[in-house]
This record gives sequence, structure tokens and C-alpha cells, in this order.
Amino acid sequence: MEKPVKYAGCGSERDERKDGVRTVNRRDFLRGVAVAGGAAFLGAPADAEALHDLSGWPDRMGMLTDLTECVGCRSCESACNAANGLPAPEVPFDEKSVFERKRRPTASAYTVVNRYGNPKGSGNPIYRKVQCNHCEEPSCASACPVHAYTKTPEGPVLYDKDVCFGCRYCMIACPYYAPAYDYESALEPKIVKCTMCHGRIKAGGIPACAENCPMGAITFGKREKLLSIAGDRIRKFPDRYVDQVYGEVEAGGTSWLYLSGVPFGQLDYPTNLPRKPIVENTKGFLSSVPLVFTLWPALLGLCYAANRNKEEKK
Amino acid sequence: MSDDCLVKEETYPARFMNKLTMGMPLQEYARKLVTPFNVVAAILLSIGLPLIGLRFWKGLATVTHASNEYPWSILLGWGLFSGVPLSATGYVMATAVYIFGFRKYHPLVRLGVLTGFLGYLFAVIYLLIDIGRPWRIYYPMAVSFGPTSVLFLVAWHVATYLTVQLLEFSPAILEWIQARRTRKWAILITVAMTIAGVILSTLHQSALGALFLMAPGKLHPLWYSPFIPVFFFISSIYAGLCMVIAVSTIASRYLREKADRQFLDSLDGLTVGLGKAACIVMFVYFALRMIGVAHDDNWALLLSSSYGYWFLTEVLLFVLLPCVVLTVGVKRNSARIVRVGAFHAIAGVILTRLNISILMFNWNLPGHFHAIAPPAREVAIVLSIITLHVLIFRWILNRMPVMREDPAYIEDRH
Repeated sequence: MEKPVKYAGCGSERDERKDGVRTVNRRDFLRGVAVAGGAAFLGAPADAEALHDLSGWPDRMGMLTDLTECVGCRSCESACNAANGLPAPEVPFDEKSVFERKRRPTASAYTVVNRYGNPKGSGNPIYRKVQCNHCEEPSCASACPVHAYTKTPEGPVLYDKDVCFGCRYCMIACPYYAPAYDYESALEPKIVKCTMCHGRIKAGGIPACAENCPMGAITFGKREKLLSIAGDRIRKFPDRYVDQVYGEVEAGGTSWLYLSGVPFGQLDYPTNLPRKPIVENTKGFLSSVPLVFTLWPALLGLCYAANRNKEEKK
Repeated sequence: MSDDCLVKEETYPARFMNKLTMGMPLQEYARKLVTPFNVVAAILLSIGLPLIGLRFWKGLATVTHASNEYPWSILLGWGLFSGVPLSATGYVMATAVYIFGFRKYHPLVRLGVLTGFLGYLFAVIYLLIDIGRPWRIYYPMAVSFGPTSVLFLVAWHVATYLTVQLLEFSPAILEWIQARRTRKWAILITVAMTIAGVILSTLHQSALGALFLMAPGKLHPLWYSPFIPVFFFISSIYAGLCMVIAVSTIASRYLREKADRQFLDSLDGLTVGLGKAACIVMFVYFALRMIGVAHDDNWALLLSSSYGYWFLTEVLLFVLLPCVVLTVGVKRNSARIVRVGAFHAIAGVILTRLNISILMFNWNLPGHFHAIAPPAREVAIVLSIITLHVLIFRWILNRMPVMREDPAYIEDRH
């Protein structure tokens, strides 16, 4: 149970040393090369975890952000910055002028809060916290050619900068525009994104943003439990919420769930996403790979033989 | 055998220099290098190459507009997504000649293979500039494997195919350095390498399209299609055919003395033949694009927004029109018209690839068209790599038997 999901299926088994540095021994390395080589030519092998119906880790955790509770104090931004040892912000965290334009997570901020005018005309502005949503079946992980992403049993999707070569396909694949890239770095650029405070969760704590929200707008807990909490709130206060928990089904569902008083589309949430995990869209293509490898040589060999036969007859 | 004996009387350094300067004394060779074309090339290189240095000194942000929303810029939109289909020349020509038995196209095979090999080589060069840590480029092959990724497949296949194409072109190199015995081995593997080339090309050409299957919310629905891998593969076939026409046109014009009689005499006829193949493939491709619209029932989108008009511009003016031009050229047996159609079709392939990788990607983000305009520095980098590409191409055509057959090897043709 403690082992991270072998999301991509057949990477080499890597030992994790106490200092967290992964090592590869020679036998695993060779086996990995052989399997990966085979996979590259024959397509992704059927893997129980990756290719069959994924019901997910049973006890995975999630976060529930109730946008109707958020007052835009930016405590979560500040707590996240401190908890993750990120660089000091250009403008202090109590500065409200940042809301004048829409921001996004960057190489120096895992999370940001944006302000939206209330579409109902009157009433308070609406604040939306943005960060990695930690998908149930993450597109970034299935897109990564070097298996730098892992969906952990606890829920967070983690990124490993030690194998990343900076192709940025994860950023193309992420439907939420969550991963940021360190474009300023010449030689050691890396992807930067929210870790859902994986270390704190493992140690029995809760993520820094949830812990430091003065309004209690962010709830941490088991995803199943959060879904039922969200459903209860919608049932109890039908006037307060739109009847949707964003993240329940979007692109296969996310660990991070949202409740809102206005339709999510008005707050720049992508509303054009399929319900199934996005990786499903490439499975048809990838499963054609072994067919091409077996059929093409036979058909082309036949053409070659037929034509040589013709030439010889002449 | 007598050849070998003669050659061995020269010293190796002298023989090597002789090869490099094409038999001219060094001073004469240096003098001949000063031409208007080379001066322009030198200027472009002197601007672009330092900017590539800047990327590795100050980061990608200093030379591109690449951002967190737009991870891929024209370095890949042009260098990889347009460059790879235009480099389909190798597998298309080798298959036609060695597998399907169209032996009369033999004079164009080496040119096709060389165009393909250099095209892939330079696609990798663009990639090495763009990716964050290029020295880890082999990681998908040896360190950490992500086989659920379409890009994992692309990485393996482009690396393998680059090797295959080098082997396919190796007879020309070996004839140039007069390595007769090694050449025999290189020729033995021709058919095997050709079949390997078709398999790898089928898969990675289509995989470049399949990459975008992971971005259903980001690519405009008119361009996002479950058939996108098929579109990419089929269009690579005619892209390759038209590139052979284009490259042979330019090379036979500016490097005429490097081509033999057989090449020059057969070129017009072969051009029309290639044009015929290309226009058939293009009709199929056009039909497939229409099926793509029908499959997702996107007809309503075609006339309801400027995106629809742009889509129609692409498929009517840059697929159907060049296809008609090629057809007219074939019907009138006019190599000139076929050449016009081929250049037009190539422009269309580039447009399609740029539409998918850049122009219609993130179409729904605010300020989209402002975000995708490449900065001057990035354009300068691309221009310098194109220049380098042309210079190396010319360097090889000048020296190796590509548009001509070496008389010493004619009886042992493959």
C-alpha cells in the first residue's frame, strides 16, 4: 500500500534511499530498458493499474474548496509559500492590488487566488483559488515520456525533477494549465506545481493552505467523504450553490473538489472537458502500434517479393 | 582493385583534404567560398548562433515567448511539427523504388533519403535547443520510461529512424570515401532498412498528431479529431513526395554540375510521376479531412465563426487547390505546373502543422494571437538553423554522389 502507483506501468523498479534519492541497480536497469524498448515498439503493455478501469486508491485524500466561503485574504498563498520554502513574493501577501489582473501558478508560486466580479450583479466579489487539481488519472503523468510524475496512494500527484528533461508535454496535456515551468533557468529548468503538501500528509498533518485558511473554505479529508460533504451542502443550501461539484467527474475526476455559487464556466474553469480520463483518447492510437509492427513487414515483404518475381520473369 | 592501389599511394591527410576541398587547392577553395549567398548565410548565422548561446546562458525566456500557457513555440511548431512531415522524403522514395518496384525513380532515391536524414537531424537540433536539459535527451531510452506517453514513442522512433536513415544514406558516404568493401555491407541491408523506415515513419508521423489527442479542451474542435494521427500520416506521404519535387528542382538548378545526365534528363518525367502520386494522396487526404468534420458533426462550426473560415481556407486553398494544380500539371504532362503545385502543397502542410501546434492551440485563451507571435530573437534562431541546414545540404551534394552515380559503382547498383 505504501508503494507509489506504478502509473505508467513498466518503469524500472527503483529503490528509494533514506535521503529520498532514487537509485537504479543494474539488473533493474537492464530489465527496464528491455521492457521499455519492447513497449516503444509494441505499444504500451496491458497493465492492470493503468489500462483497466481505475477505481483509484481507496483511501486517497482530497481537498474541497468552497468558493462561497473564500474572502480573498491570500492566507493560503502565504502559508503555501512558507511551507514549501518558495522565494519571497514580489508584492507582499496582504496586498490586494494583485487582484486587478488574473494570475496563475508560476515557477515561484504553487497557488494563487483570483478575483471575479459577481455575475449576479450585486454582492461580494468571488475568489477562486488556483493550483494543481491532482487528477485521479493525471494527464501530465500519462503524457510524460520519462515517467516523472507519480499518483501517490495518498492522492497527491508528485513530480520528480531528477528525471525530467524539460519537454513540457505535461503542460500541453494538463487541462487545467496547472504545471508551471522555470523558463528563466538556463541549465536547470524544472516543472513547478503544488504537491498537496504530500510530506505533511504522510506525517499525519494537513496541507498548509487548508490549515491556514481563516474562513475554513478549504477542507482536507478522504475524497469519498468530501464528495458526500459537498453533496450535503448543496442539498442543504440549494440557493447558495450551483448543483455541481467541480472535479467529481471532470477528465476522470480530481482530488481537488470545488463548490461554487455561480456556474463554474463564469470563473474560467474549463467546461469543455470529457468525463473520462484524457489518456483514454490516446489508447486507440497506442494499441495500433503493435499491429503496425506485425502487419507492415508482412505486407511490405509481400510487395517486395511480388515485384522481384515480376522483374525476374522479364 | 587497381583503384585501391592508386589511392593508397597518396598520404591520408592529403587525400582527406582533397575530399574536403573538392580537389581544389586550399586557397582557390577559400576564394570560391566568397559568394553573395554565403555572405547572407554568414550574416544570418552570426545573428542566430549567439542567440542559441544566449538560451543556454540566460534561459529560454530570453529568446522565446514560450510561457506557462504556451509551452511550445515555433522552435517546435516549425522545427519538429513541420520539419518531420517534410522529411518523409526518405521513406516515401525508398519504398517506391525498393519495395513497390518503381525502379525508374532510382535517380531520386538518394536525394530523398538525404533530405529525410538531414530533416530529422535538424528536427532533433531544434528539439535540443528547446527542451530544458538537452543532455538528458536519452533518458526515455535508458533512464526512466513513460510508455503510456505518445511522446515516449516519438522519442524512440525518431532516434531509431535517424539511425536507419544514416544507414540508408551510408552507401553515398562510403562511395565518397571509397570504402568499397564496407559499402557492400551497407547495400545488403537496403530492403530491411526500407521496411524498418516505413514502420517507424507510419508510427511517429501519426504519433506527432496523436500528441494533441491529450489536449481536447485546448485545440479548436475543428482541428481536434480522433483521426488526427491518420491525417498526419497521410499528409506526410504527399509532403514527402512534394519535397522531393521541390528539393530536386532547387538542387538541379543551383548545383546542376553535381548532377549527371541521367538525373537531369529523367527529372521532368519523374517530377510529373511524383506529382501524380501526390495528387492521388491529396485527394484521399482531402476526403479524410471532410470525414473528420462529418465524424464530429462540426459542419455548423464551418460557417459560424472566423475559425470556420480559417479551416476552410486551409482545406480548400492549401489542400484542394494545390491538389488541383498538381492534377492539371499531370494531365498536361507539365513538370513546371507540377512544381508550382508541389511548392503550394508544401506550404499547405506547414500551415496545417502550425495551425495545430500553434495557431489553433489555446484558441480560447484571452489575448491568444498576441501570445503566439514569435519574438525577433526566436525568428533569428530559426533562420540561422535553416541556413545551417541549407549549407550542410549543399556541402554534401557538392561532394557525395547523390544526384549522380559514381561510375566505379554503376555495375553494383542497389
